[in-house]
Amino acid sequence: MTPAIAVNNLTRRFGDFVAVDRLTFDVQQGEIFGFLGSNGAGKSTTIRMLCGLLKPTSGTATVGGVDVGRDPEGVKRRIGYMSQRFSLYETLTVDQNIRFFAGIYGLEGARLDARREFVLEMADLHGRENTPASDLAGGWRQRLALGCAILHEPPIVFLDEPTGGVDPLSRRQFWMLIDRLSAAGISVLVTTHYLDEAEHCHRIAIIHGGRLAALGSTRELKQTFADRVILEIQADKPVEAMRLLDQMAEVEKTSVFGTAVHAVLKTAHHEAAGLVKARLTAAGLSVAAVAPVQPSLEDVFLEVAGTAA
Amino acid sequence: MRKALAVGRKELRQIVRDRRTLMILLFVPAFFLLVYGYALSWDIRHIALAVDDRDRSPDSRALVSAFVNSSYFDLAAMVDSDAELTRLMDRNEARAVLVVPPGMSRDLQRGKTVAVQILLNGDNANTATTVMAYARTIVQTESVRRRVARGETALVPLLAAEPRVWYNPQLRSTLFLVPGLIAYISMITAVVSTALSVVREKERGTMEQVRMAPLNAFSFVAGKTIPYFAISLASAMAIVLVAMVLFGLPMRGSWLLLLAALSLFLVGALGLGLLISSIAETQQVAFQLALLSSFLPTLMLSGFIFPIASMPTVLRGITYIVPARYFLVALRGIVLKGVGPSVVWVDFLALSVFAAVMLTLASIRLRRQWT
Repeated sequence: MTPAIAVNNLTRRFGDFVAVDRLTFDVQQGEIFGFLGSNGAGKSTTIRMLCGLLKPTSGTATVGGVDVGRDPEGVKRRIGYMSQRFSLYETLTVDQNIRFFAGIYGLEGARLDARREFVLEMADLHGRENTPASDLAGGWRQRLALGCAILHEPPIVFLDEPTGGVDPLSRRQFWMLIDRLSAAGISVLVTTHYLDEAEHCHRIAIIHGGRLAALGSTRELKQTFADRVILEIQADKPVEAMRLLDQMAEVEKTSVFGTAVHAVLKTAHHEAAGLVKARLTAAGLSVAAVAPVQPSLEDVFLEVAGTAA
Repeated sequence: MRKALAVGRKELRQIVRDRRTLMILLFVPAFFLLVYGYALSWDIRHIALAVDDRDRSPDSRALVSAFVNSSYFDLAAMVDSDAELTRLMDRNEARAVLVVPPGMSRDLQRGKTVAVQILLNGDNANTATTVMAYARTIVQTESVRRRVARGETALVPLLAAEPRVWYNPQLRSTLFLVPGLIAYISMITAVVSTALSVVREKERGTMEQVRMAPLNAFSFVAGKTIPYFAISLASAMAIVLVAMVLFGLPMRGSWLLLLAALSLFLVGALGLGLLISSIAETQQVAFQLALLSSFLPTLMLSGFIFPIASMPTVLRGITYIVPARYFLVALRGIVLKGVGPSVVWVDFLALSVFAAVMLTLASIRLRRQWT
């Protein structure tokens, strides 16, 4: 099976600045592929190249079998795109928005009716056809935007931070829709800031400084920590605790994790928990718990972004 | 083309939904016409007139009445000293003074020509010239009336104001102004609305979304401009009709030619609007650029208010790139004089060149931004 998206040494420069640096990865049919990276890491530039809006400086990328540099219009016919800003016409109604996007994708007649029905059903917007888009709550708007992006039944969908500014419940519903798309064989490339959302992805690429810093399933990525132990420490003074931990020879690095502190140990050290607790208690801190934990994606992200820098 | 229609339909729906834009497009032009049409008039009335009657005879009183009854002059004061006269003029309590010389009645009886003096406040040259003309006409009329009353037909006037010829003091300046207003209003609405409609899509991010679709820049731009073209044309024709009804604008030429002139002019204006939209990133900048490039030149450099012939050489040179200059000549020609294509073709050519240049520049820039 040919991959839905094949990226090979894709590079984009803006003057002297290398925004995307020799990226290579594939996205399979029906795969949910997560694109993680801090702001300015090169995610948006990559997506713009893959959508045919921006020409690569060097390297190649094919989307749906079409070369993005040679036939950007061909790419546009095969993809759906939804961005972080809800790109709907706010003054137009739900129905008018659907009809407009159907129009620019050349949908008409029975197919238009069928797809319109599909979007209304998917976005749960029956009965709100004549509501202006600006009057919709965030979750509905977002689902309508997704619906408009997939009206023409593209095999590949790009979602650029689709859940920004949306409440948790709507986010969950939205991810259920993405799962549905994936089950229907549609490939989804999604960028996100929310690391918990990344857990929904089949595979994840972490981009840092324009480069691919890590690639794999969440489980594979967490394997990075297979030979080390992460301790989660609940102490009354987390900042003081971090300072003390950083001074310990056994600790590689520390990070804040909610109200707790995560300490990555240099080796799989089984007495470490006791050692850490003793050290912190000796310094006068009240330590509620010290326990080894499974690495989360956030640990991975911080680790990868840290070493790649 | 179907896709352009989809964009056009969407644009129309947006315009209809966006009450503010609709109001601006439909009512502001008519409102402008009313305000400017009535306010921007060179017809001057109710000029405060002081009279220094040194004759104090029935004849002199008849002359003063002729002034006051003309409705152009209001009698502000009767004076009898030079000092008082100066004071009134200094304080602007009188804008004009009529000085009747002593012995006027006697001289008139003898059939001798009498010169009456008209003093004018010259701080506004335009006003002064007009007032002068009114005064002269009144004096002349009075003079003729007396000659006729004496059963004479001699052409030598009995009364004389100032021996200068003024072509027609009754000429209604509105008729000159209305074509200018049509140019001015159409230009502003067309340029501003087009520029804003494209930049709004940039600002809101919908442009990015549309660019992701297999839709070329041409369909997008055509779809966006056609509704504005239609609306601007309708609005411009409405202004012409309102001007005919309210201001008695005659229509002496061909409607088809008028429509052609309007269309050419509007295409150029839309092109300018598109060009601005390719430069500006925010609606605010677009609005300012649109105003600056359409409002000022159309008002100042088109011959609308200030005659091009009396401009300094440099400014006169600039007027050649102001489309309203040609449009105004064509419009005045068609509407007021009823001239045909053989006269206005030069202006049509200039308007076509302007439109072509604007559209080319805009499409080059927009296409570059599109991909």
